[in-house]
Formats: sequence, structure tokens, C-alpha cells
Amino acid sequence: MTDDALSPEPARARRRPTAGMLPHSGPVRRIGAMVLRYWYLLRGSWPRILELAYWPTVQMILWGLITTHLLTNSTWIAQAFGVLIAGVLLWDVLFRGQLGMSLSFLEELWSRNLGHLFVSPLRPHEWVLSLMVMSLIRTLIGIVPAALLAIPLYAFNVFDLGPALYGFFALLLATGWWMALFITGLILRFGLGAESLAWLFVFLIAPISAIYYPVDVLPVWGQWLAYALPPAHVFEGMRAILFDDTIRWDHLGWALGLNLLYLVLGGVFFLQQFRHARVHGSLLQQGE
Amino acid sequence: MPNATSFSPVDATPAASIEPPALSVDGLVKRFGAVTAVSGLTFTIPAGATVGLLGGNGAGKTTTISMLLGLLLPTEGRIEAMGVDMLADRYRALPRMNFSSPYVELPHRLSVRQNLRVYADLYGLDLVGDRIAALAAELDLTDFLDRPSGKLSAGQKTRVALAKALLNDPDLLLLDEPTASLDPDTADWVRTYLERYRGRTGATMLLASHNMGEVERLCDRVLMMKRGRIVDDGGPSDLIDKYGRKTLEEVFLHIARTPHGDPHPDDPKAAA
Repeated sequence: MTDDALSPEPARARRRPTAGMLPHSGPVRRIGAMVLRYWYLLRGSWPRILELAYWPTVQMILWGLITTHLLTNSTWIAQAFGVLIAGVLLWDVLFRGQLGMSLSFLEELWSRNLGHLFVSPLRPHEWVLSLMVMSLIRTLIGIVPAALLAIPLYAFNVFDLGPALYGFFALLLATGWWMALFITGLILRFGLGAESLAWLFVFLIAPISAIYYPVDVLPVWGQWLAYALPPAHVFEGMRAILFDDTIRWDHLGWALGLNLLYLVLGGVFFLQQFRHARVHGSLLQQGE
Repeated sequence: MPNATSFSPVDATPAASIEPPALSVDGLVKRFGAVTAVSGLTFTIPAGATVGLLGGNGAGKTTTISMLLGLLLPTEGRIEAMGVDMLADRYRALPRMNFSSPYVELPHRLSVRQNLRVYADLYGLDLVGDRIAALAAELDLTDFLDRPSGKLSAGQKTRVALAKALLNDPDLLLLDEPTASLDPDTADWVRTYLERYRGRTGATMLLASHNMGEVERLCDRVLMMKRGRIVDDGGPSDLIDKYGRKTLEEVFLHIARTPHGDPHPDDPKAAA
């Protein structure tokens, strides 16, 4: 310990007139700060980066092999080679998108950092936006290598879906985001005991998302449920392109509208839980 | 025995008289279900004062600080920080405030520099690299700026937390037990640094502590809390005189062990 900083005490100074908003503060800077915080964390651990790409790649290889096998045994697969690989890649957009947002959120709880964050000028909605940006980054790191690897391995190029692919990507990412808003809201409410929701919740809707089969395979009540959520519309749209080479704007429209509705509901739910945490003091208590 | 107080610091600067109070708290109540953690706090802290919040475990110090910072919403009452209503408009005041506590940690896997960089951006600071370098030099952090925050000793973590708390040159600094778990040398260093900081900037400090020596040394004024209430207030030496004790620790023990904290519980005049 040095005493360099501890020179004799000067007389108490008159309060300097620096008070007020600082010159370079603003929502973009604060969102950028939080993205930087999660990027530092990700960058500092190569196993984390590897893990992001690992599962989508393994899934793609697995479903590619199943597709190769079914190609000679299923006329449905034979009509649209790649329908299963495209399904698994797009499903992973939703899953990784949700997980990418939830895990960044959980990092703050694990490190007990909320008390510092929310005495800074960071607003809750800015935090949410930074989690979304980080989710996009993590999803791209995870999905792009798997999508590229499918080209040499199975001669399937998901980018052949054309501009619609980017629409599907955005819609499924948005679905992952509103799911994450509900999940993180629940974790704020119930604490880290509920953290497993981040991994489990998305599989609740997998059976009715019609990832690998058409919606009409489901019972009637299941079809109603499926069409009440965006993913089934996206996957029906994906199959329409692969089988019929047509873009189903109706499905895309429904997926967009439903996503907007659920994003609003998820945002309101999250902010309500954030307020609940401020009422009950759990911003300081959250942690392992 | 008053449970509400308004006072001026012993050595208030001329500037203090024209500025709004650094903190103005009125009728602050916090209930968690049937438990009342804080009960009707009312006090004012003028700009430039250093005030200690003293009380035993469970007295309501951390709850009070959490409400002042906006981390916890009060059940009732009003808080103004530097003239800003903290319940309605806290984002106007937060850029001018900061906070340090050994119980709220910075992310362990980020290096000290990365943590400070993130918070510098959150506070919208200019010339971030220079600011971090200057604080690192002042707080003797330069040698471990690139070490993960989780791998630091308690003393190093405290200084890093202090660096984070001082990044934005706060006008109002809230410190929750700033020297808890530190060895006497490091604790003395931190106290000396805080004295220098106050002298240099004229910042207002509210300090929750269990260390009576620290409070006597740093604070102009002390708010004594017990069971969620302010049971007394005054300058450290005034309180020692009032209770007829030799040290603030004796005053603290007296208040902690006397049902209502009366200075002279057997003296009917004082009780009256």
C-alpha cells in the first residue's frame, strides 16, 4: 500500500460546479456499455464461444444424417431436401436467441452486479435492449458456422431460401426475445431458483411449433395453439418455400403481428417484475 | 428524544447555503409484509456534509441506503437528492451520485480495467482511459488493472469498488460499510483517501458503518438508528457529551442496550 495519494489534506474545497448530466451520456452509450460488458465476458472464455457453435453444429450434423437416410425412404423428404436441416437451424435461432438473452441476464445475477448497475444511469429498458443486442451476437456466432458447414457436408445451402430467410431469422429471434422477457421476469420474481426456466421454457412450445412436420399433423386444439404463436407460422412459411417455392405472406404477417403483441406483453411483464424487485429489495439480494 | 432531525454541518461551506440539500428525506417508511424495516425517517443533509448512519445489525441502515439510491421503493415518504425527487425522476440525480459496498460486487470475470470501462461508459464519461489511469494511480490499482476482479484481495476489491464509486466524481457518495473486513492498515488508507476526496471535491457523503472510530474521524454528524428509527443525531463529540460517555462506541452500546436509547434512562428530568 502506498501513500502517494494521501498527501496532506487540503482545505475543504468549494463544491465544484460540475453537477448535472455528463456530456457523453445517452441511451446508445449506455446500451453500448452493457454490450461491451457481455462481450468482454464472452471474449474472455474460448469454451463459451466454442459452446455457442457446438450444439447447432451437432444438431445440424445429426439431422443431416437423418435426412440422408430418409431421402430414400420418404417421399415427403425427397420433395424438399433440407427441410429438416433448415428446420433445425431455424429452431436454433429461436433457442439461441432466447438463451443468449437469458444467459446475459443471468450473468448479472450470478455476479451480484444489479446493485451497481441500477444505481448508475442505466434504465431497465436500456438493459433489455443490450441483452437483445448480445442475443443477436451470440445467435450469429452459434448459427452461422453450422449453416456454412451444411453446404459442404450435405450440399444444402440454407441461404438459398433467399430474402425470406432473413425474415424468418428476425421473426424467430424476436420470438426468442419475448420468451426471454417472460423468463427473466420470472427469475427476477422468484430468484435464481427459477433459472432452469432459461433452458426448459422454450421446449414447452417445441411440439406445437411444427418445426419438423406440418401443423396439420397436430390435433385441432393443437393447431389452434400452434397458430397462436409465431414459430408455427414461420416454419409453415419455410416449408412453403422449400416445397412450393412460394412465399406465404399471410404466415409472415401473422408471425410479425404475434411477435409484436408478445414483445409488448413480455416487456410490460418484465418491467412489472423489475418494479416488484424494487419493492421487495431483491435487486440487492439476487445472487448465488 | 427526537426521531426527526434537520441540521447543518459543523463546517458547511458558503456554497452549501445556496445549493439545495444533498439529501432531504421526509417520512420514509419501508415495510416488508408485517415487518417495518424503516419507520418514519426524516432528515436533511446539506451539500458538503459527511454524515454517518450508525446502528446495530437490522437497524435499517442498508434498507435506508437502498431507498436513497432507488434500488428499493419506499412504502411511504419522500426523498430528494440534490433537489431531485428520487421517486419520480431519479435518473436526473443518479449521474451525480455513486455508491460503494463490500456486499455488492463487480463482475468477477471482468478485469478491473474492463469493469471500470463499462461503468465509465454507463456514466457517460469523456476521456475514459485517462480517467481510469488517474483513478488507478490515486487508488494504487495500476499493477492489477488487467487482473480479473474476482482474483483480488479484500483490500484490493475495496479500492476497486471505491474507484468505481468515484468514476463520475459524484456530488453525493453513499458508502455502505466501506472498510468492512479490511485490515487496520488498509482501512486507515481508505479513510484517509475519503478525507482527501472530500477535501478536494466538497462532495457529500453518507456513510453506514459499524466502526465507531471511522465515524468519529470522518463524519460531521451522526444519525443513530435503532429498529428502523433515528433515535438521536448530532456531532460525534456532541453525542459523547450528551450521553456522558468517553467514546462514540460507548454511546452506541448505550443506545443499543437501552430500550428507547434515552441518554439518561434513570434521570426523570431527562426522561421528561
